[in-house]
Amino acid sequence: MVYTKRVDGRKLDELRPIEAKVGVIPNAKGSAMFRSGHTLAYAAVYGPRELFPKHLQNPKKGIIRCYYNMMPFSGSGERIRPGGNRRAQEISMVMTNALNPVVDLSAFPNTVVDIFVELPQTDAGTRCAAICAASMALADAGIPMKDMVSAVACGEVDGTVVADLIYDEEAYDAIVSDIPVAVLHNSKEVTLLQMDGEISKEALLRAIQMAQKVTEKIHEIQKKALKDKYAREE
Amino acid sequence: MNAMWSFLEKLWLKEWIFFLENTYRDGNKIYAKILGLVGAAGRVIRITPLSGPYVPRVGDKIVGKVIDITMTGWRVDTGTAYSALLNVKDATTRYIKKEEDLSKIISVGDYVVVKIINVTSQNLIDLTMKEPGLFKTVGGRVIEINNQKVPRVIGKQGSMISLIKSRTGCEITVGQNGNIWIRGHSPENELLAAKAIKLVEEKSHYEGLTERMEKFLAEHGTTADITPVEQAAPEENSNERYEEN
Repeated sequence: MVYTKRVDGRKLDELRPIEAKVGVIPNAKGSAMFRSGHTLAYAAVYGPRELFPKHLQNPKKGIIRCYYNMMPFSGSGERIRPGGNRRAQEISMVMTNALNPVVDLSAFPNTVVDIFVELPQTDAGTRCAAICAASMALADAGIPMKDMVSAVACGEVDGTVVADLIYDEEAYDAIVSDIPVAVLHNSKEVTLLQMDGEISKEALLRAIQMAQKVTEKIHEIQKKALKDKYAREE
Repeated sequence: MNAMWSFLEKLWLKEWIFFLENTYRDGNKIYAKILGLVGAAGRVIRITPLSGPYVPRVGDKIVGKVIDITMTGWRVDTGTAYSALLNVKDATTRYIKKEEDLSKIISVGDYVVVKIINVTSQNLIDLTMKEPGLFKTVGGRVIEINNQKVPRVIGKQGSMISLIKSRTGCEITVGQNGNIWIRGHSPENELLAAKAIKLVEEKSHYEGLTERMEKFLAEHGTTADITPVEQAAPEENSNERYEEN
């Protein structure tokens, strides 16, 4: 049986309904909310500020640090142990790597920009939602950036390449692959590429191409959210 | 206003543009580096940021908090990632004896209105307090705003800040780093001034800000000017009162 009809009735390259808002956390220098279906991410940016421990300081430029956190009841309803774990550590690291190429902190040596991402509710694609929210929050904080980062997970479910997988598709009883991709808008460079599952070379290339295409739509939504913060009428 | 919205929008490079701020070039295209307003004045294109960190510049008057006392002066928190040094020789005209207790002159926790006299490539900052209009604050309160909104809080030729000053009777000093020191007759006046400044920060990108401010102040019962509080610190020779120490 071939996977032709998606479990939630979307088209193959259709994204989940996306909602984005900027400036949601008043105490942060910049903040953003990014919701994709049932995955919800809040990002808050603090800094540039003094970096401790001091041995991490770079006298040539400021650095960025990401903290990714899934809240205890964010998943299927089962409580997960709060706080950091190996998975969160890995995702924090890949997020930092995905955002590093775009930020330009050469004017702020020895400093750090901290990006905290909290996910109160999750349904697959959390690292992509986190990257989208973090990218918007950085722009909102007025950090010099060379580009915007948009991310989406594409993959193959039972022989069909689809965009923006939900958890039910990731857990589909067949061969499934899940490939989160982060793409820069102007250069189309890929700054995050991970893979889980099994996929053929041809399908992988198609999945990445699909990701590069659908991130355009995400970028439009991110851009609109940033403009809306200032265009809002009272 | 000849400004238009832009966020990382592609701008075609034209022959007559020769200066750019907060932008970068890739091939023959210009991209904005910061979320802001695009303005073209003559041959200059500039992105006016809507938010962003304060970058210390020589000549800026800032309001900072003293966080430490060193052998030769004070360490001042500038509200950025970098703290600044206020040397004894730049803080007072008076002769300071070697064994003198510096905390008697300015103690930790005090707010000072100072000017930046030197910034290095690594953003090490030197300050002075020896010019007119620079002093150690006494009383009042300090509020923080987005440093990019400081020009709007001050207004054209200081119109906005003098309106708030005269209607609330407060003495207000705006630091370029976004710290603002307010001292008035009563806490109510100070809070009203603080609220007015926050309003400017929030609505800074709208037209007719001064009219809006007039309305806001009228709504809060101040339609006429209030006699200003007497100056907290004498403009010059502010160090005389330490003579007895």
